[in-house]
Amino acid sequence: MNLGAIARHRLFWPLVALVLLLVASALKSPAFLEVTVRDGHLFGGPVDILRRSSVLLLVALGMTLVIATRGIDLSVGAVMAIAGAVALSQIAASPDPGALSTVLLAMATALAVALAVGVFNGFLVAVVGIQPIVATLIFMTAGRGIAMLITGGQITTVTSAPYKTIASGYWLGLPVAALIAAFVFGVTALLTRRTALGVLIESVGINPSASRLAGVRARTIIWTVYVICAAFACIAGFIKSSDIMAADSNNAGLFIELDAILAVVIGGTSLAGGKFSLTGTLVGSLVITTLTLSITILGIPVNAVSLFKALVVIAVCLLQSPVVQHRMRSRRRRVAPVPVEVPA
Amino acid sequence: MATDQLTPTRSSGTAAPAPRTRWRIDARYQPVLGTVVVLAVMLAVGGSRYENFLTGRVMANVLINNSFLVVLAVGMTFVILTGGIDLSVGAVVALSGCISAWMFTHGWSAGITIPVCVLVGTLVGLVVGVMVHVFEIQPFIATLAAMFLARGLCYLVAPESIPITDPTIVKLSQTRWGTDDGLVITPSGVIALAVVAIAFVVLHYTRFGRTVYAIGGSEQSARLMGLPVARTKVLVYVISGTCAGLGGLLFAIFSRSGYSLTGVGMELDAIAAVVIGGTLLTGGSGFVLGSVLGVAVLGLIQTIITFQGTLSSWWTKIVIGALLLVFVVLQRLLVLRRR
Repeated sequence: MNLGAIARHRLFWPLVALVLLLVASALKSPAFLEVTVRDGHLFGGPVDILRRSSVLLLVALGMTLVIATRGIDLSVGAVMAIAGAVALSQIAASPDPGALSTVLLAMATALAVALAVGVFNGFLVAVVGIQPIVATLIFMTAGRGIAMLITGGQITTVTSAPYKTIASGYWLGLPVAALIAAFVFGVTALLTRRTALGVLIESVGINPSASRLAGVRARTIIWTVYVICAAFACIAGFIKSSDIMAADSNNAGLFIELDAILAVVIGGTSLAGGKFSLTGTLVGSLVITTLTLSITILGIPVNAVSLFKALVVIAVCLLQSPVVQHRMRSRRRRVAPVPVEVPA
Repeated sequence: MATDQLTPTRSSGTAAPAPRTRWRIDARYQPVLGTVVVLAVMLAVGGSRYENFLTGRVMANVLINNSFLVVLAVGMTFVILTGGIDLSVGAVVALSGCISAWMFTHGWSAGITIPVCVLVGTLVGLVVGVMVHVFEIQPFIATLAAMFLARGLCYLVAPESIPITDPTIVKLSQTRWGTDDGLVITPSGVIALAVVAIAFVVLHYTRFGRTVYAIGGSEQSARLMGLPVARTKVLVYVISGTCAGLGGLLFAIFSRSGYSLTGVGMELDAIAAVVIGGTLLTGGSGFVLGSVLGVAVLGLIQTIITFQGTLSSWWTKIVIGALLLVFVVLQRLLVLRRR
């Protein structure tokens, strides 16, 4: 693969952005890239990035599948809030909040509720035929209200060692949150790339009618991706609420749908549906998380985070836009004409 | 973002009604009619349950308290009619408010500040329009970037809430015209109604307005018909941005301060108002007056929940979500029946 081919790869610019952010942070604070072992756990900047990006990665993975079917899911943030609210209220109400069985039962209940939301979204999109952006807007609006209804408008806090492990624990020296995200990523990659599911999702995204005529159950596939997306958002909600050990219905996962869509787009998956890239989404999530971390390290005021984010988004989107790509390609062709003759 | 299932509806939005064998309403008006029915039901329920509900004072307050949302929904209607979406309006409201507050504290006069903070919205809209049209970035992403940009600029201009003490703004916020029994209107309300009137004329009686509908119906057909698609597509975002800038000014008058966190989620209220008002998100079908009715529905939900007193604030969100659900399902059923 020559240099030109690498530069044209769709993950080239996002990876350049990631490396630049890491290098800039390392130059400013040389200890940033150091990984040390303390109490048998790994510590350091890169580990921190992995741990912090787990929430966004989980949400973005589900979003990738939904976007691949030409859809979009705006309700993920609200699902995170609901998941945290259900799990924590149940743990708080139980007589033994520290028991593993209590925590597992609470998480199972929350997952069931999240799946119900996913089934509802999928039903509206796949069966009733409502545009995804409107169908999921319903839960984006109502979801936080429901989460507040569950917690009674309070911020529910609990003390429960097993639940705390989800976000703050370590296993084999690595943060549990990152391991969960990695596991989900692995399973999703296996399911979509080693079975026909990925191809089916892409075919539905490229042309639903044609794939239906070809015998693909478009309706079932679309329904499934919304359920998967809600399930992943639920796991992200566990990590988020375990991180602060509180269910904050107003702020848990606020605007994460936008960050997740951004991560997917930066990763090169088109919002028009069809081909999707899980690796791209991974890179996109890492870019956004690193961006947020670097801002504090580089001493840029925290208030400017969204300004900085906007500039990065605009830059990446412009570089990926068809017009700029076309310009760059035609300029390259002018500089070095391809000698191969193509018969007419 | 449009699903295939909805594509066939695009033509039906502007299609001529079937030969009248019995009395029926033009299919274009059916979604708006639904909004009118909901509004009437809400007024009837509110009027029968609470004293003083059906008074001029309450109705005037719905308009006064939501004047900025009316302006936002009008701008959003233009964008959605072309099949686009504008997520940046909430952040632009905050930016416009912050800039006006900053300029007032730095001694600028109202005569300069007011146009500037409206033009800030215009500028953001222009940037979005260019991104959408020239660089072919999806409206969702382009306006998302604009939203982050505007929010970030807010924090730079005003990290903390700035009170506005300018005499012109204070006068605008305190002026009330009307009768003693409460049927009053504020300058903000007048501005909002004027914006609605202008938008109505522009959409229904100008070439530009017809082009907006044509692009929403089918962009390719519009281009083949020789309509100025490029100019119109950029212009709708400029209009939406300008409306957001004006909305920011109205909100600044309403709250008499500029704060970087105002209008979080306001874009969703505006979109919800437009959808409840019967405009299809696929574009090409809808009315600006419908969006105004949508805002009225949202405002009345808030009012009823306040009147009830025992209901907590989060019920507002749940009711709006439920209403959205009912409306989109109804719209979908209408579309299916028409086919």
